[in-house]
Amino acid sequence: MIGLAHYLTLSGILFLLAVAGIFINRRNVILLLMCIELMLLAVNFNFVAFSRFLNNLDGQIFVFFILTVAAAEAAIGLAILVVLFRSKNTINVEELNSMKG
Amino acid sequence: MNFVSPDLSPAYAEMFVLTMTCLVLVVDAFLRDSQRGITYTLSMLTLVGAAVITSQFGVDARISAFSDHFISDPMGDILKLVVYATTAVVFLYSRDYLRRNDIFHGEFFVLALFAMLGIMVMVSAGSLLSLYLGLELLSLSLYALVAFQRTSTQGAEAAMKYFVLGAIASGCLLYGISLLYGMTGTISLSGLAENLTTADQFSLPLLFGLAFVVVGLAFKFGAVPFHAWVPDVYQGAPTAVTLFIASAPKIAAFALAIRLLVDGLGDLQGGWQDMLTALAVLSIVFGNLVAIVQTNIKRMLAYSTISHVGFILLGILTGSQEGYAAAMYYTIAYVVMTTGAFGMIMVLSRKGFEVEQLDDFKGLNTRSPWLAGLMLMIIFSMAGIPPFVGFYAKLTVLMGLVEVGLTWLAVLALVFSVVGAFYYLRVVKLMYFDDPLDQGKPEAATDIRVLLSANAILVLLLGVFPDGLMSLCIKVFQ
Repeated sequence: MIGLAHYLTLSGILFLLAVAGIFINRRNVILLLMCIELMLLAVNFNFVAFSRFLNNLDGQIFVFFILTVAAAEAAIGLAILVVLFRSKNTINVEELNSMKG
Repeated sequence: MNFVSPDLSPAYAEMFVLTMTCLVLVVDAFLRDSQRGITYTLSMLTLVGAAVITSQFGVDARISAFSDHFISDPMGDILKLVVYATTAVVFLYSRDYLRRNDIFHGEFFVLALFAMLGIMVMVSAGSLLSLYLGLELLSLSLYALVAFQRTSTQGAEAAMKYFVLGAIASGCLLYGISLLYGMTGTISLSGLAENLTTADQFSLPLLFGLAFVVVGLAFKFGAVPFHAWVPDVYQGAPTAVTLFIASAPKIAAFALAIRLLVDGLGDLQGGWQDMLTALAVLSIVFGNLVAIVQTNIKRMLAYSTISHVGFILLGILTGSQEGYAAAMYYTIAYVVMTTGAFGMIMVLSRKGFEVEQLDDFKGLNTRSPWLAGLMLMIIFSMAGIPPFVGFYAKLTVLMGLVEVGLTWLAVLALVFSVVGAFYYLRVVKLMYFDDPLDQGKPEAATDIRVLLSANAILVLLLGVFPDGLMSLCIKVFQ
């Protein structure tokens, strides 16, 4: 029988993968955006699992809002990416270093 | 089944701002570049209208509406009025700056108004859901604002960093919220507070959730060690945007902390007090030390912000009503000082000459004694020298700390305020005792000069007569 703990472990692993992806990846901004998306999906997984096991719908409603916000966030992220690429001609994470101190 | 229409009156101000912002967005699309003043006027009218509505429908006690998702209370009303005033000041300071740099576009006003709406929703949030939605509305608008000067490489880079780190913070906050929801079975803040009294307060998932929530909060405040975005964003964004980011969102962060930690998670105080202590100490120490080596004025102000945030957190972590009132007073005082400081940078900038470096302040006294005097007042206030508002704000926070027996924290904060005085006083030395590098006269319009003078004089007046605002802050937490 798959219990709540299994779901939470899976979502925890997904969340950690996303965070690790953000910090290990030094090359591509697009990968960062994908990791951020994964992070939000891990959270959604958590919400749905809790909602199912608590017999409470609030969590699933929350998920709808998170999905919507995630879409808006991806749109803004890609828009900034386009602006960045136009002015720098690169989306390499390591080259985002013109400000220091 | 009867359908009872909900009482909308607590949220009239939010609805008004939303409607007007959409209106500004549509109207702006039909305007020629030369008519951009109409957008500006409409945005200002929105702020005035919102202020009238908020003061008309102000409440004496807490009212919750929309199934607990929305709270209207005196604290919210005061914070909202401060936010309107701040945004209006930002618009006024920015008008000429944006014109000079050929970025006098409608987007600036629309995005700033949407960000302000996000702040209003956060200030009035009654559940984790409305808190999150307000926060995202604010953050997404700010990401776009930072990148809004499209020709600026630094702006795009700063926006990207801000976006990525901000998204991680939102993710952490959400993960924490999901755990809190799972442990208590509710997303309303009052329900959370109710369920926590019976819950095991040391259960691991609950503390885990709390830790993630505090991480998200610390990021939005810009507290060390989650401060990496602050200096880059302050430096990279156009100064008008920096002014906005430095001021109004700090009020939102304060409201977020009060709503979430005090209203919702008040029973976990033992847990969050330690976390906030660590954040506050690191912020005050690190912010003040790193600010010393900065040569860029915007970066220096960014690190100074980090240290001020440490003080706000010190007020919140006391867990006493006096402490919260002190933190609220400090937040408002900080907003007044910081608008003055960035306003000064914009007043001194001319077409083709951007004040960026500390050295640009050299010999300001010989070029314009009046402006140098105003800057002196703002800088002294930030350093916490009496009789300016910064002194009184620091004093009340320290008194709050001593009252709950955290004297060591008060001493530490005091010591690093003295360290901080070094880099503030360096600006004074540059202005009064060095020879000017450039001879150009500031060419700001009269109304902006008047506003800047009023801003600096407010810094003085609030310091000499702190009682009015202070008693207001104390009243809302009783």
